[in-house]
Amino acid sequence: MLTLAIDTSTTAIGVAVLAGDAEPVRAVVLDARAHTEHLAPLVADALARAGATPAEVTDIAVGTGPGPFTGLRVGLVTAVTMGYALGVPVHGVGSLDVLAEQAFAATGDDVGEVLVATDARRREVYWARYARTADGARALGEPAVEAPAQVPEHTRMLPTAGRGPLLYPDAFPRPVADVLDVDPAALGAIARRRAAAGVPMPVEPLYLRRPDALTTAERAAR
Amino acid sequence: MADQPLVLGIETSCDETGVGIVRGETLLFDAIASSVDEHARFGGVVPEVASRAHLEAMVPTIERACREAGVTLGDVDAVAVTSGPGLAGALMVGVASAKALALALGVPLHGVNHLASHVAVDIVEHGPLPEPTLALLVSGGHSSLLLVPDVTDDVRSLGSTIDDAAGEAFDKVARVLGLPFPGGPHIDRMAREGQVVIDFPRGLTGGRDAERHRFDFSFSGLKTAVSRWVQAREAAGEPVPVADVAASFQEAVTDVLTRKAIDACRTHGVGHLQVGGGVAANSRLRALAQERCDAAGIQLRVPRPGLCTDNGAMVAALGAQMVLKGRAPSDLAIPADSSMPVTQVSA
Ligand SMILES: Nc1ncnc2c1ncn2[C@@H]1O[C@H](COP(=O)(O)OP(=O)(O)O)[C@@H](O)[C@H]1O
Ligand SMILES: [Mg+2]
Repeated sequence: MLTLAIDTSTTAIGVAVLAGDAEPVRAVVLDARAHTEHLAPLVADALARAGATPAEVTDIAVGTGPGPFTGLRVGLVTAVTMGYALGVPVHGVGSLDVLAEQAFAATGDDVGEVLVATDARRREVYWARYARTADGARALGEPAVEAPAQVPEHTRMLPTAGRGPLLYPDAFPRPVADVLDVDPAALGAIARRRAAAGVPMPVEPLYLRRPDALTTAERAAR
Repeated sequence: MADQPLVLGIETSCDETGVGIVRGETLLFDAIASSVDEHARFGGVVPEVASRAHLEAMVPTIERACREAGVTLGDVDAVAVTSGPGLAGALMVGVASAKALALALGVPLHGVNHLASHVAVDIVEHGPLPEPTLALLVSGGHSSLLLVPDVTDDVRSLGSTIDDAAGEAFDKVARVLGLPFPGGPHIDRMAREGQVVIDFPRGLTGGRDAERHRFDFSFSGLKTAVSRWVQAREAAGEPVPVADVAASFQEAVTDVLTRKAIDACRTHGVGHLQVGGGVAANSRLRALAQERCDAAGIQLRVPRPGLCTDNGAMVAALGAQMVLKGRAPSDLAIPADSSMPVTQVSA
């Protein structure tokens, strides 16, 4: 089993190679504006350092967002194209789910619920609430995109993963230390666990926002 | 023929997801998925809508191109992709996909210029390009006269539009006339039922401009003139003769394009004119260019309309030339360059 994991939904452009039970090999760059440039070389680098060739990849896991659209698509199209070219399955995993698992791993059992809030730009965050369960983080509702102040107050007081607390410390006063961006190795591990449990993992981008444009009819109505 | 390089080309610079497969100088298949219908209700291409559609269409289009061409991805010797110019977010989908293919298959990647591809596509239609060739490139985003000693590494700009592109002018005038988007084909069709009865302005053809901007174009004044003419009719409560306006506008555009192209051929002593880009699908442009080239003793080459608008075959055609001429492949770290200069053939 050789899993290639890719996520481009947060500030980190992240790749991990999980070979059997060996320690995952990560290749990560923090540069939210140059996904196209960095991603393919990171994949090549991670595979090389894991001593693997692309042809040995058995499955691919990719973060489906939500995240800024342009970068998110670079990760998704890279994953689905490689999957097709190599003839291996591609698993989609919600990127906030990964951050939630990272948050539970970084905190004690006394933390039963967390908030994940990531940078959605335009002074908004992508957010979702999660509960700790025996088999991982369980989402308590669909991910949303809103201004920090729109997130319900009791939710904002939960321990919070992602860059939300860094950007809006007043709105999110309880950061989970060191859980800022998606860890591609955690993403790969979730995909493996879900695949083993037979959970369907469609590769559907979570955009949450409509394209910014008015139809000619809408323009006329203004 | 099997020893010729098999190249897969990807084009996503605007609203068409194109995947073409070329062996050497032979086109095997050109698969295209267009999001144009999704843009029509917005009255123009919406970049985010185009990018979303590219992501959805990418793998199915690669799959279809291979199937119809009768090849498997394992047969591919190189991957070519439009790395610019174009809509940034749209380009990124194609560039990332092409890199993923090259990496997965272990073959070289060639990031190429969209405009040079519009010139190179005629190789798979009419054979090797004469060197040098003079190219008139007219599309929704560009209007340029190029001197092309070698389409794989030497493309020189003689002139280009200083405001709207020719196709943009077609689309804007179509909107003024109440025709759907994209307007070029509609104006082409309407014009056949009309007469050239209005003398619309020919930009940059008179006085000092004819010298200073000898090989440049300007179409925004023409568009304004058409709008004013139509508004005056409407204000007077008179019906607008849409077919005549379309024919007269189209005549003004194609007159300037062909006149300047022939002048450029003469000036640079080039006996071949290559026309490409979406507007090269225009029937009046094709007819007038033929007429004027015949009169001037210049050989005209225009690919079939389906290869004039954006497609993957043109990218594969140029990619195959890069391989045949031994040009160095691109690095996996190349960007999508939305403003790639026309003189830069490869990334
Ligand atoms: N028959 C035609 N007559 C005039 N313009 C046309 C015709 N067919 C297509 N066009 C124009 O060509 C442009 C599209 O060209 P294309 O090369 O596909 O796009 P891009 O500029 O995005 O590269 C549009 O502006 C369209 O109106
Ligand atoms: Mg074009």
